[in-house]
Amino acid sequence: MADKIDARGLSCPQPVVLTQKAIKDGKTEFQVMVDSEVSKENVIRCIEKNKFTASVSVEGDTFTISVSK
Amino acid sequence: MKNIFSSKWGIIATGAIIGILAVTLQKMGNPANMGICVACFERDIAGALGLHRADVVQYIRPEIGGFVLGSFAIALIKKEYQPRAGSSTILRFFLGVFAMIGALVFLGCPWRALLRLSGGDWNAIVGLAGLIAGIAVGVMFLKNGFSLGRSYKQKMSSGWVFPAVMAALMIMVAIGFRVSETGPLFYSVKGPGSQRAPFIISIAAGLFIGAIAQRSRFCTMGSLRDIIIAKDFHLASGVVTLLVFATVFNFIYGQFKPGFDGQPVAHTVHLWNFLGMALSGLAFALAGGCPGRQLILSGEGDSDAAVFVVGMIVGAGISHNFLLASSPAGPGAFGPAAVIIGFVFCLIVGFTMREKVS
Repeated sequence: MADKIDARGLSCPQPVVLTQKAIKDGKTEFQVMVDSEVSKENVIRCIEKNKFTASVSVEGDTFTISVSK
Repeated sequence: MKNIFSSKWGIIATGAIIGILAVTLQKMGNPANMGICVACFERDIAGALGLHRADVVQYIRPEIGGFVLGSFAIALIKKEYQPRAGSSTILRFFLGVFAMIGALVFLGCPWRALLRLSGGDWNAIVGLAGLIAGIAVGVMFLKNGFSLGRSYKQKMSSGWVFPAVMAALMIMVAIGFRVSETGPLFYSVKGPGSQRAPFIISIAAGLFIGAIAQRSRFCTMGSLRDIIIAKDFHLASGVVTLLVFATVFNFIYGQFKPGFDGQPVAHTVHLWNFLGMALSGLAFALAGGCPGRQLILSGEGDSDAAVFVVGMIVGAGISHNFLLASSPAGPGAFGPAAVIIGFVFCLIVGFTMREKVS
């Protein structure tokens, strides 16, 4: 899987499932793109639960969540 | 500004408020152990429109319109209104149809399963077990790359349609609209459809719940799904709070009557209580939200969720016209067969709608 996950337009809980999968695959630095406030909150909650840190940048309708250890 | 309702205490507060308002609406006239059952109330709407002619369950429930319009208003204010569509529309429609067929075999949506339990109806435990089983199957698909595909941004007006229709229905019921003395809208004069809290209270409660559910992302199916998928208890804390507060207030109002037999609008055929709710749970999991959540998403501009809701309303018409819906005596003549067809449909969707997992 690429280090950039495009989860835009996917319904619950797919953005979280994809994020989890990236973490499980041993990725420690990757980005998740989502396009709704809800998905953003969910992905961030998942990331913080797994003891990663998240930072968000906004461009148009896209939130890009950068994940790092 | 940070969204306080999406915090742990936000979701807990939402659950508490929904629980209290639901049983309070029962106290004020809504059917027992039904409070704000989304499936039941969409079924009543189907009846009021004449999509089925079961004359005991016909009424345009203001709570349903309230959920959609409350969510719509707060989403606009908070700039979360986002018209989107295009994710497997026809599949979502039929997931809605079968979700409703399953719900009417059990006689309730997940919200009502909780409200039935809070009123002492132990049959709800069987239903909730079925719900968990159905969601667990859905999670299996999700973990294996199940996806209904992306939705895409739409023009502003595409997301207005559903709230506008709901607003029109609210006005029609408020003025008591009928095309003729005997024609739609239909208003039950006996049975559960005739039991209703005053319009103004119903719609106010609906609007308020719609707004806080939008802010907190409250979802019953999601609460169980997130536990199974990620051991995430965030949404579950709200759902458990709903159950606790509804139970406490049922005690206060003297509405708590424990037992299996003789429960209001319920039957005791465990197998079909279990399988009916399992079918619904699976359909909700594949569609990404419980019926309440789908109404909230419709208000936010999600046309795919709106199509699911329309599917549920049409499904209610089919359920009653084709003798699928249960009654207090037990499942309808063809209810079990329809549940099996629903499972076949959901399994085909689950197995075929997959993105490649690399």
